[in-house]
Amino acid sequence: MTPVLSVRNVSKSFGGLRAVDDVSFDVHQGEILGLIGPNGSGKSTLFNCVLGQLPASTGTVLVDGKEVAGKRPCDLNKLGVGRTFQMLQVFPEMTVLDNIILAGQEHKGTMLSRLFGKPDAGLTEEALRMIDFFRLGHQTHEKAGSLSYGQQKLLDAAMAFMAGPKLVMLDEPAGGVNLTMLADLKERLKTFNQERGATFVVIEHNMEFVMSLCTRIIVLANGRIIAEGDPETVRNDPTVIEAYLGG
Amino acid sequence: MNTFFQLFVSGLATGSIYALAAIGFTLLWQASQTINFAQGEFIMLPAFFVLAGTQFLGLSFPVAMAIAVVLSLLLLGLGFKRIIIDPLLPHGVLPIVIATIALGILMKEGVKQFYTAEALPFPALFSDRTLNVLGAAISVQDIAVLLIALGAVALLQLFLNGTKIGRCMQATAQNPNVAEILGVPVRRMILYTFLINAALAFLASILISPIYLAKFSNGETLGLIAFIAAIVGGFNQIRGALAGGLLIGVIDNLSAAYISASYRSAVPLILLIIIILVRPQGLLGKAEGRTV
Amino acid sequence: MSKHSLLTLVAGLSILILLPFTQSNYGVFVLCSWLVYSISAMGLNLTLGYAGQVSLAQASFMGIGAYMTALMTMAGVPWPAAMIAAMVSCFVIGFLLGYPALRVQHHFLAFITLAFNALVVLVLRNEEWLTGGTYGIVGVPRPEVFGLPTQTPLAFYFFVLALFVLMAAGLYAIIRSPWGRAFKALRENPIRANSLGVDIRQTTLLAFAIGSSYGGLAGSLLAQLTQFIDPHSFGLTISLKVLLMVIVGGAGFFFGPILGALLIVLAPEFLRFTEGYYLMIYATLVIVLMVFCPTGLLGLVERARTAMKLRQNPNATTWEAGR
Repeated sequence: MTPVLSVRNVSKSFGGLRAVDDVSFDVHQGEILGLIGPNGSGKSTLFNCVLGQLPASTGTVLVDGKEVAGKRPCDLNKLGVGRTFQMLQVFPEMTVLDNIILAGQEHKGTMLSRLFGKPDAGLTEEALRMIDFFRLGHQTHEKAGSLSYGQQKLLDAAMAFMAGPKLVMLDEPAGGVNLTMLADLKERLKTFNQERGATFVVIEHNMEFVMSLCTRIIVLANGRIIAEGDPETVRNDPTVIEAYLGG
Repeated sequence: MNTFFQLFVSGLATGSIYALAAIGFTLLWQASQTINFAQGEFIMLPAFFVLAGTQFLGLSFPVAMAIAVVLSLLLLGLGFKRIIIDPLLPHGVLPIVIATIALGILMKEGVKQFYTAEALPFPALFSDRTLNVLGAAISVQDIAVLLIALGAVALLQLFLNGTKIGRCMQATAQNPNVAEILGVPVRRMILYTFLINAALAFLASILISPIYLAKFSNGETLGLIAFIAAIVGGFNQIRGALAGGLLIGVIDNLSAAYISASYRSAVPLILLIIIILVRPQGLLGKAEGRTV
Repeated sequence: MSKHSLLTLVAGLSILILLPFTQSNYGVFVLCSWLVYSISAMGLNLTLGYAGQVSLAQASFMGIGAYMTALMTMAGVPWPAAMIAAMVSCFVIGFLLGYPALRVQHHFLAFITLAFNALVVLVLRNEEWLTGGTYGIVGVPRPEVFGLPTQTPLAFYFFVLALFVLMAAGLYAIIRSPWGRAFKALRENPIRANSLGVDIRQTTLLAFAIGSSYGGLAGSLLAQLTQFIDPHSFGLTISLKVLLMVIVGGAGFFFGPILGALLIVLAPEFLRFTEGYYLMIYATLVIVLMVFCPTGLLGLVERARTAMKLRQNPNATTWEAGR
């Protein structure tokens, strides 16, 4: 089966610094891949190369077997790649419902049908279900900016799922979220994974969160993959421990 | 060829005055993300301070100049920052754009109503003799203007790079948060920047008024040209603004003579649009990194 | 639409229909200019208020629309064709003017659009063979609608009112549609919008194009209203005036520019006694307004409403606290 995401020999240099050094891996349908490593190990750079925010110096990135080099973020999204950002990214002056509908509308119909068709692009019902699923139901018509930080994080994640993506890239989803909310978020992600077969790649510093969520983990240090395997293997790998303590 | 050389030198002279205004633009932008749409009027006004001093109060020219410097610093530096920019800064771009445009109208109309709508001669600081250089007639005034403006820019550079206050100002411009943590009095540094802008505007005013006469509407084109100079050179640094100013001055002069007098003012505008489309960081500017 | 807002709408329309009968010819002229400037300001509100793209070139589009309509109708082209041509041209030129917005933002964009406006005025002034130079064009004909002439102020008022209602309805539909949502998303967070599939390039260009076409139509109507046009009527001060209408009323609020246009069009009538000091007073008022109320009048209303809501429900966190 074609991997959902295939990263092949990707390198990225900034001047003399090799931030990502010849990294290759595949992500298959239904996997939750954790990408961990000490600060400055190249996780975010790799993420940005995959998502088309930065051009890779060498190597290729394939989504569903199709090369995505040079694609703009909006084209990539239409290919079925959703994402969240490290920093909070919602539309603060729009209502929660409008945030969610926006996240789905560009996948419905054509440019013209979006102008002359239904104002909600026929998405209200689906959007309400998504909002309920992330337990934001009582705030459907509030402005997104008036939500608490943790709720905005949930909304951010909900938007990434709205278009029914094949692959979702999550950049530190747990950052700054309190424990209850975190458990909630993890449960939502797992449900999505099990019920809809959605595939995730997660960057995260919160080890407990990564270990309990991911099916497979890749450890980066100095731009290279130093370990790979299921959470248990990685947790006990001496090179990983050294990279974290020595790095 | 001789006329060309003549036009070139006088272009450099007016260009150096544009550069002063353009540098003021970039300094304000770096220090407080402010673009002053009234910059042209800031250059128009100080000449009228001087004229008011000599004509109405009967002061001697040097005394009037001294008072005009103080007035410029107080009104165009301190007052501008305290009354208009400080309260508007938290509200983003648009309010400042509109308020400074309105300020420009206020200054222009104020001069027109309370002083005169006529163009007044302004005493030249230097003789209007011409020198014969390589067969071309070069005016002493042009040379003097060029030297004074370039001297001022050099002094400014020395101040910014060579003194403690100057380096604190640069630190503030680059990253106010870090500067604050390092103990730089950020607010005072920003105030200094506004004062320097006012001083540059004063200097530009007394240099350009003898050439173009002092008129209430002088600021309309000056502000736009100074901004274009800053963009063309590269907005994030002083030498960019300097180069942009000189370039626009020369191009403006040459296009008036060789292309078409009626479309003279179109040339810098078109240059601006081309630069922004082709090289938005300006000729000498460094591209500012975009964060994701 | 709720019953309440439907009633308000009907009431508002009735006032607009009945009001001119109470006015002198001059009063009707002032009402016409209010509606015309409202159309222009509505367009700018889309570009600026909803899509967040600063433009100081709205008057240049009014100019392009006005000159095209004047020249074409005087050359015998039927007025509907001329007005549609004016709108379409402004749409295309506005689309092109959007390109710089893809490279630069905010202040820089303000200056570029300002430069564009200056350029258009320069062409209008210099190409005398076509535009009559500084003397402008005299005798722009009023349209004949279904065989009825619009020479009288009242008749022309209803022609303008009809187009005003049409354009307002059009804008309302756009804002409610997914396009409107994409415009707002562009304003609030272009990077996030892009990652959610919003083609921000296309959206930016369309925001400029649609806003400019509104300016073009307003220009067409202005030419027919005053029956005389010159480059001076489309200079930077007019762009600023339209911008002020949007800001004073409240950018990003549907009725903001209409309210703003009313205030700005009526201001000279009320300040007439100040004679030469008019512009100074006007500029001072603008600065004061910006310092004390940068979100415009409707923004003020909204702020009051949120404050009241917060008082009723003190547990609700504000967006600032949420950051």
